[in-house]
Parts: sequence; structure tokens; C-alpha cells
Amino acid sequence: MAIANPWGDLEALRHEIDRTFQTFWSDRRPQHWRVAFLPGQGARQYPLVNLSEDEGNLYVEALAPGVDPKSLDLSVLQGALTIKGEKLGLAQVTAEAYHRNERAAGRFTRTIELPVEVDATRVQAEYRNGLLVVTLPKAEAAKPKQIQITVAG
Amino acid sequence: MAEKTVPSVQPETAARREETREHERYITPPVDIFETQEGLTVIADLPGVEQPALEVRVADGVLTLQGNTKNIAPGTPIAREYELLNFYRQFELPDAVDAERISAQLKHGVLALHLPKKEKAKPRQITVQVS
Repeated sequence: MAIANPWGDLEALRHEIDRTFQTFWSDRRPQHWRVAFLPGQGARQYPLVNLSEDEGNLYVEALAPGVDPKSLDLSVLQGALTIKGEKLGLAQVTAEAYHRNERAAGRFTRTIELPVEVDATRVQAEYRNGLLVVTLPKAEAAKPKQIQITVAG
Repeated sequence: MAEKTVPSVQPETAARREETREHERYITPPVDIFETQEGLTVIADLPGVEQPALEVRVADGVLTLQGNTKNIAPGTPIAREYELLNFYRQFELPDAVDAERISAQLKHGVLALHLPKKEKAKPRQITVQVS
């Protein structure tokens, strides 16, 4: 015969709370959040960006699927790149018709501090397959200089 | 439209001979699915996926979306906020979907799939004759 545990319910509740917080803080959040582009919805900044560089340029790759290319607005001011745009939502779909609704839509704006000085007049941008790649040529002053060594004697 | 929780092919765990160490990782893309009288529409965000690298197939009533991504920015990385992995997601389709007439479009990294319903599954208005 099982002995009734008066604390059983409380223990179960405690486990439930622990589990909820663990899910919330750890990486076990819904998996699609990792690359989800949710303008206007999350506390995270959108779009997410990856920065890379080579000798002459700095590259900013932004994750922005489904953005109207005409709405994209880029500007460089005082060593910061600002990306603005709008992801269009679905028109004329009633809430009851949804089976899944995980994508979000809306306007977004993000300013990224650039780690090096760039030449703002020669910045180029390309939008392809939902990724925005901005090529920012480094300013002459920021490029590495090769120094010639003269050997005396 | 049920999601396949136990996919018929599990890319993350399926061990291949002599390749068990190659552990390809996948992300489930976020999707919108909505239904009209005509059929179902599935919209998935698949940034970085080009048309030849995207595979959409229907087998045994299971819709599989698989897309291989490619980072396009050159150079050495200095800061990363996301990692573009390959996309993979499966859905179980209702019987009413006509698999022969599914159409797909990929634009700006967003896949739009239209899954029309079979003729007999659509509601039909019947006029009552008064004699």
C-alpha cells in the first residue's frame, strides 16, 4: 500500500517551476529562435549580424529573409552603420486560419558600431537569398602598412 | 497539420557507416501555416538558401523541407551573432492535400508552398430543388 505523501504536490510544483526556468534560461529555447528573424517582437536586436574582415574591407552580413529590398535603408555615420527596413506581413489571413505562426513582421532598425574607420563614400550592399551583405572599405588610415626595412652595412 | 515529432529519417541521429563522426547539425526554420478553403499555405524563412540547394519533397504523406545554406560574406570572422546551419523540418500532411499539385516559390530567402486540397475535400454548396 502506498503511503500518502503530503508534500507530494508541493514537490511536483517545485520541479515544474525549476523546469520552466531551466527551459527559459538555457539553450533549450525553441530551436528556431536561433536564426529566427522577428522584427518588432523580441527583446533581441534585429537583424542579427555577423562581422568579418579582410585586409581591405569590413563585411557585415545581416540575416533578413523576406524583407522588401526597396524598404532597406543603409547609412554610415561617425563609424556606425545603421540598417533600417521592413519585413512585410501576410495580408488578409484571419487568426483562426493559422496552424503555425512563428514568423513575425514589422519595421526594424539597428545601429552597429564599426570596429575600424571606413570610407563611407565607397560602401556597397547586396541583398541575396534573404541575406544582406554590406561591404565597407576600410579607410586608408585604418589599413595595415607594410614597413620596409633597410639593412645597413 | 501535425508536425512530425519522430521523423522517418532522423538526420541528427542517423548513423552512417564510417561516417559516424560527421555530425551535421540542423536548424528548424520558423514557419507560418494557414488554411483556406482552397488549401494550405506553408511559408518558411530560409535565409541563405539558394534554389538548387533547396529540397522540398512529399513522401508517404510527409512533407520534408531541407535547405543547405551558404554564408556569402568573405573574410575572417570577427563577431558572430548567428550561425547558418542547414535547415530541416518535417510535417505530416492531412489526407485532403493533393500532393500532385503542390507548388513552391522561393523569393528573398522565403519559401512559399501552396498545397491545394483535393476536389472532393472542398466544401460544396448544394442547391436544393423545390418540386
